[in-house]
Amino acid sequence: MKARAKGRQAFSLAQQKALTGYLFSAPFIIGFILFFLAPFVQAIVFSLNNLKIITGGYELEYIGLENFRYALFVDPDFVRVFAETVVKMLVEVPSIIFFSFFSALLLNQQFKGRLLARTIFFLPVVMTSGVILTLESGDYMSNLLEQTNTSAANALTGPLLTAFLMQLKLPREMLSYVVTVVEHIPDVIRASGIQILIFLAGLQSIPETLYEASKVEGATPWQTFWMITMPMMSPMVFANVIYSIIDSFLSSSNQLVRYIRDTAFAGAGFGIGTAMGVMYFAAVTIILLIVARIMSGWVFYHE
Amino acid sequence: MSASAESRVSKALSTSRFRHASHRVSQVLLVIFRAALIIGISYIILFPILMKVSSSFMSRRDLVDQTVKWIPKRFTWDNYRLAVEMLKFPTVFRNSLQLSVIVSILQLCSSILVGYGLARFDFKGKNLIFAAAVFTLVVPPQMIMVPLYLNWRFFDLFGLLPDKGYNLLGTYWPFILTSITGTGLRNGLFILVMRQFFRGMPKDLEEAAYVDGASPLMTFFRVMLPNVKPAAVVVFLFAFVWQWNDSFLTTLYLDSNFLPVALANLSRTLAKELEMNHPQYFSLVVNAGSLMMILPVLILYAFLQRYFVESIERTGLIG
Repeated sequence: MKARAKGRQAFSLAQQKALTGYLFSAPFIIGFILFFLAPFVQAIVFSLNNLKIITGGYELEYIGLENFRYALFVDPDFVRVFAETVVKMLVEVPSIIFFSFFSALLLNQQFKGRLLARTIFFLPVVMTSGVILTLESGDYMSNLLEQTNTSAANALTGPLLTAFLMQLKLPREMLSYVVTVVEHIPDVIRASGIQILIFLAGLQSIPETLYEASKVEGATPWQTFWMITMPMMSPMVFANVIYSIIDSFLSSSNQLVRYIRDTAFAGAGFGIGTAMGVMYFAAVTIILLIVARIMSGWVFYHE
Repeated sequence: MSASAESRVSKALSTSRFRHASHRVSQVLLVIFRAALIIGISYIILFPILMKVSSSFMSRRDLVDQTVKWIPKRFTWDNYRLAVEMLKFPTVFRNSLQLSVIVSILQLCSSILVGYGLARFDFKGKNLIFAAAVFTLVVPPQMIMVPLYLNWRFFDLFGLLPDKGYNLLGTYWPFILTSITGTGLRNGLFILVMRQFFRGMPKDLEEAAYVDGASPLMTFFRVMLPNVKPAAVVVFLFAFVWQWNDSFLTTLYLDSNFLPVALANLSRTLAKELEMNHPQYFSLVVNAGSLMMILPVLILYAFLQRYFVESIERTGLIG
């Protein structure tokens, strides 16, 4: 009895807590090593090998960078699909950020039917599905309606607006960007659900006292927005930019994702498909690092 | 009081009244502008759904009828009947529901445990584990899909199991094992959400429990777990929806007897079974089918959105 009590005291509360910490994280540590790190290393190995399925297992034959060479120079579509995916991401992410920030500001105001509006704005979160989206583009009825100009998306983004933008005499590059963005409005709205949620949570976490103080000091709403709301929201903007980039890279409506998969399982083979995956990962990482580098100086941390 | 002073006062009064009026006008304009924006955006979001609803009830003759745009003239349930039959809906629906419920509950449990461990305990390598969770989000599943596929095909835990290896493809095991260990579909995100949530909880309660001599484990189950509901609802909903809509992993590890996959193949099935090719008509049936797939998620959302929409500030979805 005494020995047991002593044994218990051998662990201080701090040690006991550290042990519990490992205990709680253990599932993820095991899973990360077995189902993530190991395949990750294997993927790099596979990309340098020719992989053949034999009975009862598989066989590797080292071929150096041959898979990468094939993907980049021989495969007819990989480079084009890759470039298109990156460009699409570069166009869409800024518009998603602007739109979701703006929507969060709207939904944070007091008005009748706010709950309903929020429910509708978050609806795309539960409906984002590769299948539904792919089906939609082939949906006969919406194609038909778009032709007859009764589609809501079309009414907003259609030729009228484009013509109006043409009249503004903007620089050509900017104009083409704006036109692309306008054409993508429905896509952008549908990809913004989680971002709106994050911004809204951020807006609600700004202490009311900051606004009251600035009001006492006589700040205009414009000043309040730039001096308080923006700096306080900058970590959320950062998080959202990163999230949107990852989301656009991983979404199942992404062309490259399907292309890599088809290459691996129905096309040029496992080795080449994995090499494409490795390059894709490298591209995602580089873009994320650049973005993080650019934005880190600008993000303001309150605490 | 002189006449000039009087006129000055009345002038001041009228300008203030004018200012007041102009303020009210701009206020009204703002309200109208806001309402227009919100209604416009809601319309864009709801439009495709309404579109599907209306066309799923149309009969084949409505397709060629020029006067039919929105409201079907010859209202019919035939598209639904055909979709149910062609999708083998009862089987496919049961499969999808089973898998999604299993996966989302397991992912919820693992992310609560790991999130709490990372939020409240100090131990060596904690930051490394956190970085690993973020890392799982950044790596495209396409990169590790081939090694994972082969590992499930010849499953021997990298030589740990004595046999030649089991074939786990075609079973739920790949999903169960990854969900339970927090490495499933976007599971890293749920770990981050949970960690953020627990970090935002006041520490007083736990400290009181520790003072009373409760062990860390007991404190977790008695004090923290009962408060986890708002964040748990968000994580569960997301995990469920993503698994429900996923066609990438289900086709990779299992077969096509799951809703998203069956739906994607529906027009091909129709062409084969009915021995005709009529894309316009097929799209009506596909619409009926996709509505049947969206509906359960919508119902779930309707039940949970109260937590979702109003309690986000407490779930710590931030950062």
